[in-house]
Amino acid sequence: MSMKAYPRKLDVKSGRVELSHGSGGRAMAQLISDLFHQAFGNEWLARCNDQAAFDVSAGRMVMTTDGYVVTPLFFPGGNIGSLAVHGTINDVAMSGARPLYLSTSFIIEEGFRFSDLKTIADSMGAAARGGGVHIIAGDTKVVERGKADGLFISVAGIGFVADGLDLSADKVRVGDRVLVSGSLGDHGVAIMSKRQNVAFQTEIVSDSAALHDLVAVMLAAGPGGIRVMRDPTRGGLAAALNEIAHQSDVGFHLQESTIPVKPAVAAACELLGLEPIHVANEGKLVAIVAPESADAVLAAMKAHPLASDAADIGEAVADDHKFVQMTTGFGGRRVVDWLWGEQLPRIC
Amino acid sequence: MKYSDEFRDKSIAQGLARAIDAEVSSQRTYRFMEFCGGHTHAISRYGLEDLLPANVRMIHGPGCPVCVLPASRIDMAIRLVERPEVTLCVYGDLMRAPGSQGQSLLRAKALGADIRMVYSTLDAIRLAEQIPGREVVFFAIGFETTTPPTAVMIRIAESKRLDRLSVFCNHVLTPSAMHSILENPKIRNAGGVPIDGFIGPAHVSTIIGTQPYEPLAEQFEKPIVVAGFEPLDVLQAILMLVRQVNQHRYEVENQYRRAVTREGNLRAKGEVSQVFELRDQFEWRGLGLVPNSGLKLKRSYAKFDAETRFAIHDMPVADNPACECCAILRGAKRPADCKLIGKICTPETPIGACMVSSEGACAAYWTYGRVRGEQVRQRS
Repeated sequence: MSMKAYPRKLDVKSGRVELSHGSGGRAMAQLISDLFHQAFGNEWLARCNDQAAFDVSAGRMVMTTDGYVVTPLFFPGGNIGSLAVHGTINDVAMSGARPLYLSTSFIIEEGFRFSDLKTIADSMGAAARGGGVHIIAGDTKVVERGKADGLFISVAGIGFVADGLDLSADKVRVGDRVLVSGSLGDHGVAIMSKRQNVAFQTEIVSDSAALHDLVAVMLAAGPGGIRVMRDPTRGGLAAALNEIAHQSDVGFHLQESTIPVKPAVAAACELLGLEPIHVANEGKLVAIVAPESADAVLAAMKAHPLASDAADIGEAVADDHKFVQMTTGFGGRRVVDWLWGEQLPRIC
Repeated sequence: MKYSDEFRDKSIAQGLARAIDAEVSSQRTYRFMEFCGGHTHAISRYGLEDLLPANVRMIHGPGCPVCVLPASRIDMAIRLVERPEVTLCVYGDLMRAPGSQGQSLLRAKALGADIRMVYSTLDAIRLAEQIPGREVVFFAIGFETTTPPTAVMIRIAESKRLDRLSVFCNHVLTPSAMHSILENPKIRNAGGVPIDGFIGPAHVSTIIGTQPYEPLAEQFEKPIVVAGFEPLDVLQAILMLVRQVNQHRYEVENQYRRAVTREGNLRAKGEVSQVFELRDQFEWRGLGLVPNSGLKLKRSYAKFDAETRFAIHDMPVADNPACECCAILRGAKRPADCKLIGKICTPETPIGACMVSSEGACAAYWTYGRVRGEQVRQRS
C-alpha cells in the first residue's frame, strides 16, 4: 500500500500560512502542489523541476519582470493576482510580442489566510488562461509576521515578437498622433477609494485586463505605422508621455477635451485632489502612431471590446524642451509634468 | 460633475475673458495678488493666464501654510520624533517640507521615526485611544480653515482625558500676512512692484468671513475680492477687481457668496477663541517674523501644548540667500527669475517656500507653466 505524500489535507478554508510553508520541507511542497499547481496547472509545472524547459520559435524573444505590492490586495475589479498576470502580459504585449510564458514568485507573510491565497492563485490561473499564457515556473517564500504587507508577487514574462516588428520609444516623429485605448484613471481610483476608506456613491472598478489581443488587432490595422505602445500604469498617461518625449526628443501637445475620463473617476479625482492623467491604469494603452495610419488604428481599437472609448488625444510636436503640453478645456495652455513624489493629500 | 462643472463652463469663461478685455484700460497695468495657493493652483492648472489681457498680471501670494512654514519648525518636529515615545500625526503634504539641513519628515519616517499621515484631527484622537502607551503629538498647521478642527480636538481630548495627546501648534493668520506683505520693510525692499488688489482666500473666509479684510482695504487702498477656487470664480474675481481699480474703489467684495458671509462661521470662531491666543510674532518662510500672525494654546490648555510638554524651542535659521522667494511672494520677481529654480530647487528637492507645496508659486510655475517662461519674460 502506498503512503500518502501529505497525510493531512491542506486546510484552505480556515488555515493560515506558517513559516514552515516556506521552509523547503513537506509543508511547502504541499502548499505548492495543492494550491499553486491546482490553480496554474499545466504540463511544465507538472514536471516539478526547479526550472521549466520550453520550445522557442524563430525570431526575437521579449522578456520582462515586475513586482506587485498593491494595497489593498483585493479591490473592485480584481486582486493582486489577476493584476500581476495582466500587468506582466501587458508589459510583454507593448512590444508587439505575443506573450507565452510567465514565472512567478510569492513572498507571503506568516499568518496569511490560505483561503485568500487560493482566491489570488485561482485568479492568476484564470487570468493566465484567459490571456493564453502559461505560468511555468514559480517560487514561494514565507517571512515572519510584520515583514511583508500580507503578500508580494513578482512575475516575469516571455513572449515572441514577429520578424521585422520593432516598436520603440525612440522612433516617434513630429506629427505622429497620440491614441489612448479608453478612459483613464479607473484602476488608481478604484485602489485609492478602498485604501483611504473614501465611500463613493458609484463604485469605481479597476480596468485591469490583458491587452495583447487589442495590440494584435492594432498591429494588423496599421502595419508599420505604430511607433511605440506603452501601458500607462504608475504615473499614468503623464508619466508615459514624458518618458517617450525624452526618449524620442520630441514634445507632445494634447487636447484636454478629447481625453476620455469617466465622470465618476473625474469626480473622485476632484475629491482626492488628483488629476486622472497622473493616476494608474492597468487595462489601457497609449500608442504613438504615424499620421497616415492613425485613423485605421483608431477605428480598429474602437471595434475591440477593450477599447471602445479609444480616442485621438493629440500629436507629437517639435520641442527642444521635450515638454508635454495640453490645451485645457478653457483654451489655456499648461505643462503636463511627471508627478513628483508620492501623491499626498493636501491640507486645504 | 454636479457643483463643479457649473463653474468650469468654457463659454462662460470666454464671456468673462471678453468682459475683462473690454474693461481694462490699455493705459495701465493691473497687478493682482492671489493670496491663496488654491487660486494659484487653479490659475496654473486651467491655463487662465492665457485668457487674460497682457496688461493684467497675476502675482502668486504666500497663501499656502506648508510653503510658509519656516525650516526651524520642521527642525523642531524632527527633534520631537527623535524621542522614542513620540508618535507624530501629520497632514500628508507636510511630509516633504524641508528643514534647515534639507531633512524632512518623509526622510525621518524612512529612518524609523513613528510618523503617521492623518486626514483629520479625529484620526489623531483615534490613534491616541488605540495606542495608549505612546505620546501622540498632532502637528497642527494651516490658516483659519484648519484651526477650528484643532480646537475641537483639544476640547475632545480634555473631555476624554487623553493625557498623552498634545498639539505642536503652527496655525497662522491670513490678514496679518496680507498686512505684512503691504508694509513689511523686508518685503518692500525686495522690490517696488505695486499690488493693485487681492483675490482674497476662499476657505479661510468661510470661517472668518470678509470683515477682517475691511481695515486692510481701507488702510492700504487696495480692493480685495474674496473668491472661490473654481476657474470661473477666479475669472469673475479678476473682473470685479478690474472694475474697482477703474472706479478707484477700495472695498472688500464677496464673489464667493455661496459659501462666505461677512461675519463668517461664528461657532467655529468661538471654538478657536476658547482654545487659542495670539503669539506676539511668528516666523514665515519667505516673509520673516510677522507680528501677531500665529496662534498658540491658551495657558488653560498648556498641558496639551507639545512645545511646553517636551521643552522644544524654536531656533530660527536663515533662508538660503540665493532663494528669491521673498521677492517672488511680493511680485517683484517671477519664479523664472530665480537662479535656483529647476537646478537645485525642484519639487523633489525644494529649497524655498514657493516650491515646498504643490500650491506654491514656484511649484505651480514649474509644474504647469514653465513652457510659458520665455514668453512672459519677453512680454514684460
